[in-house]
Amino acid sequence: MAGVKVSNVSRSFGAHKALDDVSIDFADGGFYALLGPSGSGKTTLLRQIAGFDFPDSGRIAIGGESVERVPVEKRRIGMVFQNYALFPNMSVADNVAFGLSVRGESKAVIATEVQRALDLVQLGKLGARRPHQLSGGQRQRVALARAIVTKPRVLLLDEPLGALDKALRVDMQIELKRIQREIGITTIFVTHDQEEALTMSDRIGILRDGRLVQEGPPEEIYDRPKSEFAATFLGDANIFRGDATGNGIRLPDGTAIAADVGDRLAAGAKASCAVRPERIRIATNAEAADGQANMLKGQVSKRIFAGNNSTYFVERGGQTLKVIVQNTGADRLAEGQEVVLRWSPQSTVLIAAS
Amino acid sequence: MAVEGAVASRSGLRSALPLLAPAYLWLTVAIFLPLSAMVFFSFMTDLPLAGKPWAFTLGNYAAFFSQSLYLTLLLASLRLGLEVTLWCVVIGYPAAYVLAKVLKGRSREAIFLLVILPFWSNGLVRIFSWAMVLREGGILDTAANAVLPFKINIDLMYSYPAVIIGLVHSYVPYMVLTCYLTLQAIDDSLIEAGRSLGASRLQVLRRVIIPLSLPGLVAGAALIFVPVVGSFMEPRILGGRTGTFYGTVIEDQFVAVFNWPLGAALSFILLAVVLVILAIASPVLKRAA
Repeated sequence: MAGVKVSNVSRSFGAHKALDDVSIDFADGGFYALLGPSGSGKTTLLRQIAGFDFPDSGRIAIGGESVERVPVEKRRIGMVFQNYALFPNMSVADNVAFGLSVRGESKAVIATEVQRALDLVQLGKLGARRPHQLSGGQRQRVALARAIVTKPRVLLLDEPLGALDKALRVDMQIELKRIQREIGITTIFVTHDQEEALTMSDRIGILRDGRLVQEGPPEEIYDRPKSEFAATFLGDANIFRGDATGNGIRLPDGTAIAADVGDRLAAGAKASCAVRPERIRIATNAEAADGQANMLKGQVSKRIFAGNNSTYFVERGGQTLKVIVQNTGADRLAEGQEVVLRWSPQSTVLIAAS
Repeated sequence: MAVEGAVASRSGLRSALPLLAPAYLWLTVAIFLPLSAMVFFSFMTDLPLAGKPWAFTLGNYAAFFSQSLYLTLLLASLRLGLEVTLWCVVIGYPAAYVLAKVLKGRSREAIFLLVILPFWSNGLVRIFSWAMVLREGGILDTAANAVLPFKINIDLMYSYPAVIIGLVHSYVPYMVLTCYLTLQAIDDSLIEAGRSLGASRLQVLRRVIIPLSLPGLVAGAALIFVPVVGSFMEPRILGGRTGTFYGTVIEDQFVAVFNWPLGAALSFILLAVVLVILAIASPVLKRAA
């Protein structure tokens, strides 16, 4: 096991900068998600760490050992591919045995280790099957067993759950997390699915256009996004844009929004505020005034009922705001109704304009 | 389940019949009828031309066994087929690999064109161009002497190597194409997966790529081996006196000696031998694949 340290890595393909001065420290034993839209460079970064591709500049160290010019087969990594990449000409057991066998392990050692790995992914009885006889979820498990049986220093996963249907995906998320905890391996996981990143990882790195936008534990990124992109890509957010006032922003129409979270910005600078939809309370009348709270008036334009909650779209000064209300049995609001929105400054994140 | 499958495939066959019919009709007319005529000829004492008398006989087949020359030539032709096939693998497989896995876009199309080109040139023209290259004072000889500081004499014309060179040139595109198709179907992530598990490029080639592309190798080998064993044009033109093979003897019977019955009998013996070889080889190859 080992941590991975990526320092100032850049990689260009022709004129396209796929990675632009990216530095991340992946702690030993951690579960790390690289999150970003397609083309953000997350897969390119994973391929640099794996050794399929070498950076133009910068350093990559695995367990303190510099590896940026070491080819993939010498890096002692385990990788799970999006399409599983199982060898169709081999049985499940031979697939899992491949890494041990090219290393020249004895037959007895291979048999024991392969069985242990298959047991770990709960496929102990399917060793004799061929990959094409397995379901998607089973193939995924075989790919995982094959990647970890060699006891790699780091486990790399490239959108491993992307090809599974939703129910299976949730099962595999739990399963993957269990196995990762059990063997305690440093895991780097590429995904474009924010929910997957939030539920599975200890830390998340958000990438955009080849740059690391923000990095930290899921709670921190969700509660304190440092950019509009981070706020809207990880979860949903209402964004207000205006001028910084010292303790919040003033919207172009003069309304003040107080923000207690985020950077302190000099008054007058361009700034934004982000508010999560579930932090906003929605009501039909101006209740007892709460001096602290931010307040806006608007009109419900649409309601989407989703069982345990409802999403209201509220028109306010040419902007559509999103409000998520838990289904507590209270009266539902009708479309067209005049409403008052309230939220606390503690739920408001101040973001410097980018 | 199995019964349903059988029913489905039977009704599938019925709807496919109109699509299959033209091919089978053509095969019947173009191959089955002439071949039947040849089978018939091979049991005759002489051609029924110009009112010559003829009778049924097994003598044409007996001739093969009574003269050791035919067996010697057959073995030489089988060896020729094996050698040409091996050279085609050695030359064609790496080329197919580079085409399928290394080159992309325009450069792939350009190289592909070069591979196909022999198909588009006339066979005789191809062989006579080799004659110009290989003979003493020919292109190869002149070029080598222009580059090398010492005098060497290259005269490959009318030799066994010349026959091999001509045949490999004619048949290597088959190997490139069949291997290209199977190699191209191998997902690049399989190669990456192999390397991520610690396998060197050579180990990945040996344990993943070659086993997965074996069907292409086998198809290419069969496409090459069979016609090369019966080939006569390249051996005759490039081999000269050394170019006497089973195929040239059959050709002689048809165009020089006018002993069609013997030529036909020799052809069918060749066909039988080739079929037996393929039958013996197929389970071995199937297991490997």
